[in-house]
Amino acid sequence: MLLTLFLTFAKIGLFTFGGGYAMISLIENECVNRNRWITHDEMMNITVIAESTPGPVAINCATFVGYRQKGIPGAVAATVGVTLPSFVIIYLISMFLDSFLEIAWIANAFRGVRIAVGLLIVDVGVKMLLKMKKKLLPCAIMAASFAVMLLINFTALKFSSISLMLAAAAVSLAVFLLRGAPDPKGGEKP
Amino acid sequence: MIYWDLLVGFLKVGCFSFGGAYGAIPLIRDVVLAYGWLSEETLTDMIAVSESTPGPIMVNLATYVGSSQAGIIGALIATLAVILPAFFIIVLVMAVLKTALKNKYVQAVMGGLKPCVVGIILATGCTMALNHGILPAFRETGDFRPLILTAALALVYFGSRKVFKKGLTPIGLIVLSACAGIAVYGIQ
Repeated sequence: MLLTLFLTFAKIGLFTFGGGYAMISLIENECVNRNRWITHDEMMNITVIAESTPGPVAINCATFVGYRQKGIPGAVAATVGVTLPSFVIIYLISMFLDSFLEIAWIANAFRGVRIAVGLLIVDVGVKMLLKMKKKLLPCAIMAASFAVMLLINFTALKFSSISLMLAAAAVSLAVFLLRGAPDPKGGEKP
Repeated sequence: MIYWDLLVGFLKVGCFSFGGAYGAIPLIRDVVLAYGWLSEETLTDMIAVSESTPGPIMVNLATYVGSSQAGIIGALIATLAVILPAFFIIVLVMAVLKTALKNKYVQAVMGGLKPCVVGIILATGCTMALNHGILPAFRETGDFRPLILTAALALVYFGSRKVFKKGLTPIGLIVLSACAGIAVYGIQ
């Protein structure tokens, strides 16, 4: 069973490109449809939990499914399984990347790629923005965080993004305590 | 001590990266630039490589940074550091705190964190797009090629969604931008 968990998640880790959210459909296919380890509802639950907990979404899902099947050993087997393929691949790449980048046309390719990365991140941000609840508090926190983060990036202002997140959490909690009425469910529509 | 710095740096990333890989990129950028481990250019290159290789993007970035700074042991430490918080929090939630995430105070904290993450991701994306794509045209050397590339790639990427149902995938955009880079910068 532990070996099956490990191998299944290694397969998931090896065949998903584009990070955690791209993995969810493959995890659903393997764990719900094929192996019947969890139900479809549980899968939906994991997605919600993964969104509210820190860390890679794929790790959250693997730990959840592994723990459900076999407790802590299962969680370890699934988590190591989903991590190992990318660890090996990136470790190999890291040994060659520097010498690769010395080749002129590859360096040129990466000058183009850097521009694409900025666009991709803006795109993800805009998508998340559109999914946010259009209420005063979340919108104000979003706008303030955006402005402060830009200031941090373009001026000598020393302030980490983690302190910014803690400040946002504190503001939200303070407003909740003062108002007494809940401003529920955070930023996103179900 | 580099091992200790890698451990602490990536534990921070693991503890605070809400909203998946793109939520982690601003944190990793913070940590990596603060310690001087990578240049902004190398980090951006690695984000593209992580997006185009299998596996969680956060794990890929941690492995790369660890390996580039301190070999295989560094890679192991950074990777473990980035996944351990997620691992323990899920086990904790499932084993003892089954209702923790529904707790109203936790909800209130999440209600502040989520929009903050959206703002941070947007600001980081804008910073990277400005630094690599737009600002070079306004510096003394006045290189307009990045600006033209940015406009063209944005047009193709967002335009493809209007024309085709699914549009260009992120990996598709990376491949296209690589070809465009070879073409634009290769011809002198």
